[in-house]
Amino acid sequence: MIRVRQTEVLVIGGGPAGLSAALEAASLGCQVILVDGDLALGGQLIKQTHKFFGSKDERAGTRGFKISEILLKELKNHRDRVKVHINCTATGIYKEDGVVSCVIGEEEYFRIKPERIVMATGAQERLIPFPNNHLPGVYGAGAVQTLMNVYGVIPGKRVLMVGAGNIGLIVSYQLIQAGVEIAGIVEAMDKVGGYWVHAAKVRRLGVPIFLRHTIKEALGDRVVTGALIQEIDDRFQPVGREKKIDADIICMAVGLTPTCELLWQAGCEMIYVPQLCGHVALRDQFMRTSLPHVWVAGDAAGIEEATAAMVEGRIAGLDAARSLGKGDKEDLTERLEDLQKRLGDLRGGEVGQKICQGLACCSIQGWGA
Amino acid sequence: MDLIREHPILDFKHGRKVRFTFDGEELVGFEGEPIAAALHANGIRIYRLTPKRRQPRGFFCAIGKCSSCFLVVDGVPNVRSCITPLRTGMRIETQRDKGVIALDAE
Ligand SMILES: Cc1cc2nc3c(=O)[nH]c(=O)nc-3n(C[C@H](O)[C@H](O)[C@H](O)COP(=O)(O)OP(=O)(O)OC[C@H]3O[C@@H](n4cnc5c(N)ncnc54)[C@H](O)[C@@H]3O)c2cc1C
Repeated sequence: MIRVRQTEVLVIGGGPAGLSAALEAASLGCQVILVDGDLALGGQLIKQTHKFFGSKDERAGTRGFKISEILLKELKNHRDRVKVHINCTATGIYKEDGVVSCVIGEEEYFRIKPERIVMATGAQERLIPFPNNHLPGVYGAGAVQTLMNVYGVIPGKRVLMVGAGNIGLIVSYQLIQAGVEIAGIVEAMDKVGGYWVHAAKVRRLGVPIFLRHTIKEALGDRVVTGALIQEIDDRFQPVGREKKIDADIICMAVGLTPTCELLWQAGCEMIYVPQLCGHVALRDQFMRTSLPHVWVAGDAAGIEEATAAMVEGRIAGLDAARSLGKGDKEDLTERLEDLQKRLGDLRGGEVGQKICQGLACCSIQGWGA
Repeated sequence: MDLIREHPILDFKHGRKVRFTFDGEELVGFEGEPIAAALHANGIRIYRLTPKRRQPRGFFCAIGKCSSCFLVVDGVPNVRSCITPLRTGMRIETQRDKGVIALDAE
């Protein structure tokens, strides 16, 4: 018989949200297992070489991969309570008995029966429909970043970027830093969506930005050799002549959507919220879902930023530990209130408005007894 | 290999150099780094063919979610090459089918 591992708190996903949740739960004395499917902890952070935006409290101004190093160092202080498994994917969660199945690599399965679960599975990249979008060479922006910033591999010779939001702009700049030529950036809207600083950097380097344009088709027989792009009107209908762009990579930066399969499987109440970019779990002010033993944090709870993901992770970790009777009640109430205030501050600006609208659709004021 | 030699911010620490084969051809990559990264550095873009229409597929999400980069490693099909570490002597092959799950010998 295969042994079922037991733990007080299981954290699924070791990005900024999951690391923060694991840290806080362990700091209150919980036994924690943290699993991540990737080969290193840190999630999206390890690919980010730029200095982060956001609040000073949440390390704005620090490069993403450095923030990850700081969190990992903090995690080391709790080594005796946190068992980390990397290259370990949570593959299923069974409603009947609360067991989570995991696989190390591709073949070594085992089971965990946790008392509490924090889901911090992050996000997945979106793809838009166009002929030949399956060709090798059409890559997600995160994937291109992984190749060049984590493993030092040159992704291609000439890249067409699709999307001029922050991710499209930042990844274009990073590609140039890695010595890759950018053929252009295609953007359907009539203005650049990302922050001005990021747009200014690529503009200064002479990268053409095709506003009100879309990708019509990827060209190539076996792999990408180029693309057709075309202008679009106010109703997103194509107008004017197609332009042919030579490129061996078409990099898709058209948005992310929360990774929520395990939340569905667990039976959490879910809702579609466009402002949070997909289906998300209903949650209370402590990130607890409709299932009393399941919490959610970070991009899995709605696409936002690493800064918010870290604070949500801390809230989820503390509240999960509290539900197990850990920590001092008054002290915890105070810490949680402080973290909630920080989240509110992070969402105070103009960009935060959309997030707040989205959160209004999926937040519950306490699940009751 | 197509590697970044100079970078203004990053300083890459690669694993040990190891040999492996792809469809019989001997190649070199870094131990512990994803198979997909090693193949890409060797200029290989096509990792599998779709079972019905025989269309090429390759790298796409790099986080083990999309199933585009499946290939066959030491006889095991459907290996997520973007999050499977390269080991010395691996026999890697293009996946041409859905793959059959081998049953354990008793
Ligand atoms: C180009 C780019 C630039 C950005 N710039 C900024 C910025 O300047 N400032 C900022 O605040 N934010 C920025 N962000 C956003 C930020 O990176 C994310 O919001 C943040 O990483 C989300 O954290 P997370 O922990 O929720 O998810 P992630 O970082 O995505 O981590 C999720 C983790 O879960 C693991 N996982 C998923 N499913 C499973 C499973 N079933 N089993 C085991 N493990 C699993 C994954 O392997 C991954 O490690 C940027 C993002 C990108 C792509």
